[in-house]
Amino acid sequence: MKSTFLYIFVMAAVTYAVRVIPLVFFHGQIRSRFFRSFLHYVPYVTLSVMTFPAILNASGSLASGLIGFAVAVAVSLVRGSLPLVAACCCLAVYLAGLI
Amino acid sequence: MAAKKEFFRGIRNGLPVSAGYFAVSFSLGILMRNAGLDPLEGLVMSLVNNTSAGEAAAVGIIASGGSYLEMAVNQLVINLRYFLMSAALTVHLSKELPLSRRLVVGFDVTDEIFACLISQKKPVSEFFAYGLAVITIPGWAAGTVLGIIFGDILPPSVVSALSVALYAMFTAVIIPPARKDRRLALLVVVSMLASLVFTFDPLSRFISEGMKIIILTLVLSAAAALIWPVEEET
Repeated sequence: MKSTFLYIFVMAAVTYAVRVIPLVFFHGQIRSRFFRSFLHYVPYVTLSVMTFPAILNASGSLASGLIGFAVAVAVSLVRGSLPLVAACCCLAVYLAGLI
Repeated sequence: MAAKKEFFRGIRNGLPVSAGYFAVSFSLGILMRNAGLDPLEGLVMSLVNNTSAGEAAAVGIIASGGSYLEMAVNQLVINLRYFLMSAALTVHLSKELPLSRRLVVGFDVTDEIFACLISQKKPVSEFFAYGLAVITIPGWAAGTVLGIIFGDILPPSVVSALSVALYAMFTAVIIPPARKDRRLALLVVVSMLASLVFTFDPLSRFISEGMKIIILTLVLSAAAALIWPVEEET
């Protein structure tokens, strides 16, 4: 049986190291253009991979999930703010669940 | 006196961020509750990590009983963006800021805190950073705990609807920049399709969610960096 708190300790140690190493050892920007570009793209890939297809199964219904995802993308495209996108998506999934 | 003023200015600037954090971490708390975490575990996780994507991925790894090594590598990859932010932050902090203080400032480098810090006149005061941290970390932690508690109280139909909230927020983070930049749009679509293949393809189905994030992030970000190097300093 693995310990949840040991998981949390591992997370915290790694995340803190990632945040603090540049502050301690770097003096100025990262030189390598490849590494800078790589780090620039990381959040987009990570969030895309984490969101899809996980959002489809999150509510327990594939149909509701598809509708929710479509609504989230549509509202994001018309520049909805973070809370607005989330509220519209949740409402769509809730309503889809009623049918 | 200047220190005190900067500290309270940080608190004022952090207030809207803290409110936003509350909404995001409430959604995260719902996912934690679905994965079987209790309020204390959620509280500690949020207090010491302060990272939405990292914690969301960690919840999946804990739920599936992944290894500690998988957790470590997963968090390293997902939170690599903080490495870039901290590196950029070095030129915004005072050159005289001692090591001990850098260790404190580094604890709370998040997307939003970073944005607040670099928008200030250089060099930004360490006390401004502390003010931001003091107001935003409790907002993040409180949302997490309440998400877990309300996940148990609210009716199942509401909880299942709220379970998509965090993913909707992630969507709201990636879509607007992708709308302005075709390369990002293509990268987002390719990433999602690759993720779909990994989830349902019979050969790669045995790869855990945590490993999937690691592999796809490293491969696709490296490919994008080779094809479209970023011109200016980010």
